[in-house]
Amino acid sequence: MVGYVLKRLVQSVFVMLAVAFLAFSLFTFVGDPISQMTGVETSLEDQARLSKELGLNDPFFVQFIRFIGDMLRGDFGYSFRTREPIGEMLLTRLPATLELGTVALVISLIAGIPAGIYTALRPRGLVSQTILISTLIGVSIPTFVIGILLIFLFGVQLGWLPTFGRSGTVEIGWWRSSLFTAEGWRSLVLPALTLGLFQLTLTMRLVRAQMMEVMRTDHIRFAIARGVPWQSIRYRHALSNTMIPVITIIGLQFGGVIAFSIVTESVFQWPGMGLLFLESIRFVDIPVMSVYLVVIAFFFVLINLLVDLLYVVIDPRLRVRESA
Amino acid sequence: MLKVEGLCVQFKHRGGASLAVENVSLDVAQGEIHGLVGESGAGKSTIGAAIMGLLPAAGEIAAGTLMLGDTDLRRLSPVEAHRLRGKRISMIFQDPQTSLNPLMTIEAQLIETILAHEDISTDAARRRAIDLLEEIGIANAETRIRAYPHQFSGGMRQRVVIALALCTNPELIIADEPTTALDVAVQAQVLDLIRRLARTRGVGFILITHDIGVIAQVSDRVTVLRGGKVMEQGETARVLGQPEHAYTTALMAAVPPLGRRLDRFRLPRVAGEAEIATQVDLAREAEDWLMAGTGTGPGPALDISGITVRFRGERRGLFGAREDFTALEDVSLSVRPGTVMGLVGESGSGKSTLAKVIAALVQPVKGDMRLDGARLPPMRSRARSDPSRRMVQMVFQDPYSSLNSRHRVIDILSEPLWLYGLERDAARRDRLARAMLGLVGLMPEAADRYPHQFSGGQRQRIAVARALLSRPGLLLCDEPTSALDVSIQAQILNLLKDMQARFGLTTLFISHNLAVVRQMSDDIAVLKDGRLVETGLSEAFFAAPTASYSRDLLAQTPTVRFDGETSPATRAKHSIRRE
Repeated sequence: MVGYVLKRLVQSVFVMLAVAFLAFSLFTFVGDPISQMTGVETSLEDQARLSKELGLNDPFFVQFIRFIGDMLRGDFGYSFRTREPIGEMLLTRLPATLELGTVALVISLIAGIPAGIYTALRPRGLVSQTILISTLIGVSIPTFVIGILLIFLFGVQLGWLPTFGRSGTVEIGWWRSSLFTAEGWRSLVLPALTLGLFQLTLTMRLVRAQMMEVMRTDHIRFAIARGVPWQSIRYRHALSNTMIPVITIIGLQFGGVIAFSIVTESVFQWPGMGLLFLESIRFVDIPVMSVYLVVIAFFFVLINLLVDLLYVVIDPRLRVRESA
Repeated sequence: MLKVEGLCVQFKHRGGASLAVENVSLDVAQGEIHGLVGESGAGKSTIGAAIMGLLPAAGEIAAGTLMLGDTDLRRLSPVEAHRLRGKRISMIFQDPQTSLNPLMTIEAQLIETILAHEDISTDAARRRAIDLLEEIGIANAETRIRAYPHQFSGGMRQRVVIALALCTNPELIIADEPTTALDVAVQAQVLDLIRRLARTRGVGFILITHDIGVIAQVSDRVTVLRGGKVMEQGETARVLGQPEHAYTTALMAAVPPLGRRLDRFRLPRVAGEAEIATQVDLAREAEDWLMAGTGTGPGPALDISGITVRFRGERRGLFGAREDFTALEDVSLSVRPGTVMGLVGESGSGKSTLAKVIAALVQPVKGDMRLDGARLPPMRSRARSDPSRRMVQMVFQDPYSSLNSRHRVIDILSEPLWLYGLERDAARRDRLARAMLGLVGLMPEAADRYPHQFSGGQRQRIAVARALLSRPGLLLCDEPTSALDVSIQAQILNLLKDMQARFGLTTLFISHNLAVVRQMSDDIAVLKDGRLVETGLSEAFFAAPTASYSRDLLAQTPTVRFDGETSPATRAKHSIRRE
């Protein structure tokens, strides 16, 4: 058990190192930072001096280790574009993206898991078929089109919800949250729905396929044969066995939701990290891009670690090794 | 108690409906064990499912009455039927590995089942569960009850399954092949338990099995089924002692005898029925091709010495040492050219591991292997292109998973031909593959189908054909028939015997069934816990085994004698491995 967790931790460290290396390579090899920072009128001497001050003349690995050291100390460097510390820039944007991603995930789970169970238990029912077909249509339409359609319907035609931006935020320490006011929720609903819809379909289909398979296994048939109440067969026996593989995918999805909220954020002008990333690309703001890469990778690794730990909680076969 | 009369079950499909069970009547009294025996497709499990009310969606009871005491099982609403399941009728499934929920402790599963049917407190339910586990032979039930299914061995798990079926005190338990997945020693214990429960608790059992040896061992009455119809029914001693129906006699004769060696395995066929015709002229081509490649002499000699295999264990705690598991310890044996060596032992004795070492699928820690004197490199150093890759071929136990389900049979069969560079011409490869199907007793048209379109026995024929198409010298057969029933087993073993004799293949034949091994092998080797216990000529071994373990093993094999009694030793409670 301890060994299992430790092994996962060590693996995570290696993944982070690899990503940091990629991010740093991007920083070093794509374009020349000096020529981006300075204008045409800067003299060659000044350029050389700057290069020396910034430590750009040091060997590659010395620079890389310094880069990691800075990262660990929370020093992410400065943006080329705004001259602001990147750490602060990301920190102000992080809550927006995390809240959007989490709400989207919760929507997809709240709707996806019950829908998956329902369609698995009544595979031939009319309702099941309707759900399956409509979600198939939903998943075939690209995210930005769905976003625009939702804006058109709820924002423009009905005028119920704001069409863009994030308002009604409350500050809790450095965390600006939109979860505590009605206004905040109003602006959160549409982007979260847009982002969650695709995940919803995936979750639902996965739960459905897995559940149908579990319902055919011997231990479920045995439970039926001993007259265990149907409620318990479905929601205690079958569902827990269904969730083991589903959790992995949901975990990966959440990483994906955060990383690829870029499209949704730009459609709704949601001031999150994805929007920042898009702006950075436009201005070739390489430091921001590379830090973004590292931060996203960090989230992926963290979520995967949590999923692995969740496995241990759910599956006794991983938990107890001292057997009879 | 249970009274089934004129039961007909039909399965609906696109073209209409077909009868799976036809006019079956049977009675089970309190405390009686009623055996249902027959080959696969005889409708045994369908009868069980009909009684349970758990027929698959396409199946329905077309006629007949099912009475449990005064309850008409056919008139129950779905809710009533579900309430009755577990309360009055329960079921035991074949594979204890898969019939328990892996995520719940057995305590939770037992208590849940008891509370589903009785209005008692959780503590009372727990008390009863613990008592039951103790009665059923699980030591330290008080603490063991909190364990998860994976913490029990196969035999113990089947005991837990029985406890689950029993915990609500049902009147009738339907046991569907309860011992098929267990090895002989454990099988004897589980059958003893079933017998004891029937006697002491007065539970009626319907025992579904394809193994007439099991029937002989425990059942009071027996119904012999074939193609959904009752062939014969009556007291077990009478039916097996003086069978009236020719099929019963055929079925019994088809059980490979432990006591003597026959030239061929018998098929359970009644006189006058046609045998499957093989495609003679087509098969000739494949035969000639094989002869041309392997010559007429016997296959190579296999010598292995000092093979030791260890598997890495789990680390105990953070700094704990790994506990390695020794699967094979210093095993040496020789298979003479062109002969069959039978390798026997209980599950976990290392039989399959040895075959995998020879086939270069498992890396031994040490040891030496020689094929006709030439060194056979172990797994890590055996190159893809090593000639022994072609010479050594394997037939696996489970024909359902050993053929690629996405490949057509023709692709599966022609693979060895191009892989080993045996035939360069694609058209010739195609012809040979079809010819080989003829040789193993399948139609050449079978080549265009996919594996899932075949039965278990037919798939195993395909697996044999694939092995032969690489022109092997050494054939490793790992329990090739343990997943098949008597008649299919007889067909496959006859096929293997024919091929072995015709092409002089050196063969390592692995089985836990001693009777089968006796029929197949010239020499025999007995493994126990990874060590070689005994080796020698097969006939001499069966006449007088030297090691005491071998004698135990022989004594535990259930046999059918025509006087209806089982061998006395089986009744004596022998246990090699008490848990």
